[in-house]
Amino acid sequence: MADVTTAQDVVTYRESVAEGIAREMRRDPTVVCLGEDIGAAGGVFKTTVGLFDEFGPERVWDTPISEQAIVGAAMGAAMTGMRPVAEIMFSDFLACCWDYLANEIPKVRYMTGGQVTVPLVIRTANGGGLGFGAQHSQSVENWALTVPGLKIAAPSTPADVVGLMASAVRSDDPVVFFEHKGLFASKGAPAPDGHVVPFGEAAVLRQGTDVTLVALASTVPMALTAADRLAAEGVEAEVLDLRCLIPLDVTAVLRSVERTSRLVVVEENPYQGGWGATVVSVVADEGFELLDAPVKRVAGANVPLPFADALEDQVIPTVDKVVDTVRSLATY
Amino acid sequence: MTDTTTATDLLALHETMAVIRRTEKAAHDLFMSGLVKGTTHLAAGHEAVAVGTRSALKDGDYAFATYRGHHHAIAWGATPEECLAELMQRSTGLNKAKGGSMHLTKADAGMLGSYAIVGAHLPMAVGAAWSARLRKTDQVAVAFFGDGATNIGAFHEALNLAAVWKLPVLFVCENNFYMEYTPIGSVTGVGNPAADRAPSYGIPAEIVDGNDVVAVRDAVARAAGRARAGDGPTVLEAQTYRHYGHSRTDPAKYRPDGELERWLERDPLTVSAGRLREAGTSDDDIKAAEDRAAAVVDQAIAAARAAPQADLSEAFTDVWADGGAAWRT
Repeated sequence: MADVTTAQDVVTYRESVAEGIAREMRRDPTVVCLGEDIGAAGGVFKTTVGLFDEFGPERVWDTPISEQAIVGAAMGAAMTGMRPVAEIMFSDFLACCWDYLANEIPKVRYMTGGQVTVPLVIRTANGGGLGFGAQHSQSVENWALTVPGLKIAAPSTPADVVGLMASAVRSDDPVVFFEHKGLFASKGAPAPDGHVVPFGEAAVLRQGTDVTLVALASTVPMALTAADRLAAEGVEAEVLDLRCLIPLDVTAVLRSVERTSRLVVVEENPYQGGWGATVVSVVADEGFELLDAPVKRVAGANVPLPFADALEDQVIPTVDKVVDTVRSLATY
Repeated sequence: MTDTTTATDLLALHETMAVIRRTEKAAHDLFMSGLVKGTTHLAAGHEAVAVGTRSALKDGDYAFATYRGHHHAIAWGATPEECLAELMQRSTGLNKAKGGSMHLTKADAGMLGSYAIVGAHLPMAVGAAWSARLRKTDQVAVAFFGDGATNIGAFHEALNLAAVWKLPVLFVCENNFYMEYTPIGSVTGVGNPAADRAPSYGIPAEIVDGNDVVAVRDAVARAAGRARAGDGPTVLEAQTYRHYGHSRTDPAKYRPDGELERWLERDPLTVSAGRLREAGTSDDDIKAAEDRAAAVVDQAIAAARAAPQADLSEAFTDVWADGGAAWRT
């Protein structure tokens, strides 16, 4: 009997980015890509490999190092009938074009009384753990969360990369799409044909009765590993992958806390102003009586990210920190 | 007078400029009487730039304007009533009372917004021109901006990208010689803030008499012709002057004695009236056009005043394309 387990049975998160974009480009001729080094070079993270060869220079555009022009041009094209997918190489660089994410893209529909639509995707490599230092390692999904008018996706698996990319490109609203640098090499099942993951639907990846771990992107595998270790100690954790920050699936969080009575949020962005604070505030407001213990947040520390691996581990979430935090709650 | 501009055409442009002038005066007066709140940045004096540009373009061409943008909205077809209703927070406002003076937009006519972060809309115009190329239309996109915008990064990123991609975009600088309260020459390394920068990006530039609607029209026609022929972007620097201060709180006391008066002698409406007389249009016909403009704006003021205030439910519409504002599921 032939071995049915072949290399094709798993794909990387990295190649799923290009696959997700390619599927949408094949489906819809108005989808175009722009960004630095995304063409023949295939992107500095190799997340656009193959797109230039398949779709050519009229669909895949290399840009200068001009973040404002990249995102501003994407906005103008989106307002006039295209569906641009713009890459900002490192999410830290979103600060260079933050005017567009804070003042222009999320507001133009509202402030014109609904006269225009901005169907664009801003993709960006987010997060730390790779020793890139303070200006190339941040998790900045919470920046986007501070601005009403942006949809926010942050996949944790190769299949979700494809499925959420489909929803992002098809969305008539602007989407910020965070691809986690630490997950690019990770592997998983490929997305089936036509795979679409709707926005605003969290996934319960592991069922449990003792504590709810709410995670996003890189903290999802971290939470799953922590849950395995906790199971060996007799603590059954339920792991929820939010997949999106806007729309935020608070219903799934509340339902899970109803089952477990305990909540730990695992987020890589800083504790100060991190997305976990919004999740926790909704639970405190609407689910206070479901809780049997204080809520906890395992988050990035309120410091810039250091270079050395050992120092970086001190300030970003780790499996050990998640396990320790859950232990402290289990005995509460 | 050029071959392409007949006296009849020019009288229509003169009338549109008169409508804008009257609307700006109404905005000023209504502000002073407390019926317009927030802020306004009036474009009285800049009319020829908007009207001349629009008259040289085709239906379907795109415009992106600044917070000083009433004239562009009207030149692209917004009515004075829609504009004044917006300023007066009425439900009949151009932007449903959700934008205000700084964000007048007439998207169905290609006027894709007025933006109040200086320079931000130049890359957007580049993107609209890129989109026209990708969709293989012959549309052009125009970005109107002030002299002050030439010192912000987005201006430079936009010019470079437009040049590299050879896009059908017109960068029209309304150089009124003041960035807010400060003379532009005192904060800029070159004499002509837009035109002198263009060559460093390989973009042709032209300095235009921004108070002469025909000169603007002709220059824009040349630039749009190049753009539609695939020859890329152009920078036009239209020299003009604002009659009011920067915004409604600015009495413009920093201007040297006599400067405003000298510019008023070259008021765009005076210049176009002179051209009309040269072309044989009678004073009666000119006055009749101006009277029609005054009547339109008087009616607009009355209609805007009578319109209901903003519908409260609109606070929670239009965040998303589905019309709603839901952030959670």
